[in-house]
Amino acid sequence: MNPAPSIIFFTVASGAGYGLLFWMGLLRPLGLVPQTAGFGVLTVGIALALTMLGLLSSTAHLGRPERAWRALSQWRSSWLSREGICAIATFAPAGLFFLALAGQSEWLALPTGLLAAAGAAVTVWCTGMIYASLPTIRQWHHPLVAPGYLLFGAFSGAALLATLAAFWGAAMAPAAIAAVLGAVAFVLKRAYWASVDAGPPLATMETATGLGFIGKVRVLDPPHTETNYLLREMAFRIGRVHAAKLRRIASVAGFAVPAALLLLALLTGGAFAGVFAVAAAALVTVGLLAERWLMFAEATHTVALYYGAGEHAP
Amino acid sequence: MTSLPAPSAKKLGLVIDLDTCVGCQACATNCKEWNTSGHMAPLPDHHPYSAGVEGVWFNRVHSYEAGDGEDGRTVHFPRSCLHCETPACVTVCPTGASYKRAEDGIVLVNTDICIGCQLCAWACPYGAREFDEDQGVMKKCTLCVDRIYNEHIPEERRVPACVSTCPANARHFGDLGDPDSDVSKLVAERGGMELMPELGYKPVNRYLPPRRAPKPDAGPPKDAGPLPSQITNPLLRWVDKVLSR
Repeated sequence: MNPAPSIIFFTVASGAGYGLLFWMGLLRPLGLVPQTAGFGVLTVGIALALTMLGLLSSTAHLGRPERAWRALSQWRSSWLSREGICAIATFAPAGLFFLALAGQSEWLALPTGLLAAAGAAVTVWCTGMIYASLPTIRQWHHPLVAPGYLLFGAFSGAALLATLAAFWGAAMAPAAIAAVLGAVAFVLKRAYWASVDAGPPLATMETATGLGFIGKVRVLDPPHTETNYLLREMAFRIGRVHAAKLRRIASVAGFAVPAALLLLALLTGGAFAGVFAVAAAALVTVGLLAERWLMFAEATHTVALYYGAGEHAP
Repeated sequence: MTSLPAPSAKKLGLVIDLDTCVGCQACATNCKEWNTSGHMAPLPDHHPYSAGVEGVWFNRVHSYEAGDGEDGRTVHFPRSCLHCETPACVTVCPTGASYKRAEDGIVLVNTDICIGCQLCAWACPYGAREFDEDQGVMKKCTLCVDRIYNEHIPEERRVPACVSTCPANARHFGDLGDPDSDVSKLVAERGGMELMPELGYKPVNRYLPPRRAPKPDAGPPKDAGPLPSQITNPLLRWVDKVLSR
């Protein structure tokens, strides 16, 4: 699948934004993050900015962005519609949460924070399900895809929260959470890759054409001499040669190393904690961009079978 | 509404005979010709007279080789929307632009409300949907909905453009929901196939498999006779040549 930059940026940015919102809503009532107005406004402000930028970026992928509002109507059947509704609905408690923190209104901060956290989790789950619900792409139609979106969002959000909290000298709780999530993300992503690498194809050229009863099927002539939309969008092949390297970048530099850095931040505390946490958040961002790029570039669509994609399969 | 309607009794679709299709591209050409001024018009053509030519087509004819040796054969394979009974391209649509008609099962796009998110193209296993980059909306085969019910054209022409133009009579149009229709009988008689049934989209269109080549009748072994060069008499050699024609 074609890794469109607008979608990669959208899912990484909004994932981190919702993750940050989720942990802020959850940890603040427990007293595990700084309680000052300044910290609250900065943190929730960044979360809102990331999610809004992400949503704006996602509309860049649309052919008719001015009609984007129409995407809110088909929640009965469409995960994309559900994602849009949840994203917009979450802005209400998140915006109130922001105002409550700015005005130091504790009675309002608690329920709005918790509601925003719930909305963030549901929105990211919907994002994951958009991909996981497609039966045409075996690397997406996988039980670890939607949990992965949730986990990577939670991880990057926690890492970001730890970075921000480190400037207030109170990064303990978010750093501990992020370190654990980073380790889990590393394991989950490795397990996912092992599973998709070993998985059988959804279909073959023989079943796609119905000609298997004659024997192996080979392309003799393509239907068009030059490329087309289907090939560009769904038979993306560029860069798969670097997949192994990018997988290492995503899992080691994106998940394992930041988890270790956050652990170091926990152990050292003080100014060092800030340095480690900043480095961790930067690495998570790079790693997740690589992870999301691979999510598309490595995904194979059944339409490519008609153009001979299955021809050289073992 | 992108939730699917209750299954319709009427299931309009195509039956494509892979045995007789000669790969002439007439169906693809007439499809383009009709639809570039039809229901989903116009269909873009970029760089039509230079390198990098490409555009939106609802019907594309592939050519494959299947099998090896004497059993192997060339098969021309037109690919278009199969008007599935459970089309995920419809249910994933966030706007309701993509829909399946309750009355005859045709899958259509309302280009007036499509936002061009292209999720339906991802959801279609068969590559039936192509993005119109000029209008920013998705387009697809309409089963020539603007022909088959069109009372302004003679009745015999009220079939999809691809069907009307096929010189090999390899394309058939009809109601696959009616077991007594000509197309249903053809499917029953020839063992019409679903494409990628394992994906569960339940396509309505059927493909008739290429017939197996009849085994050559072995018969009694022929008397080989002498080679022309072995006949020394020139007259007899001439007679042998004439009679061998």
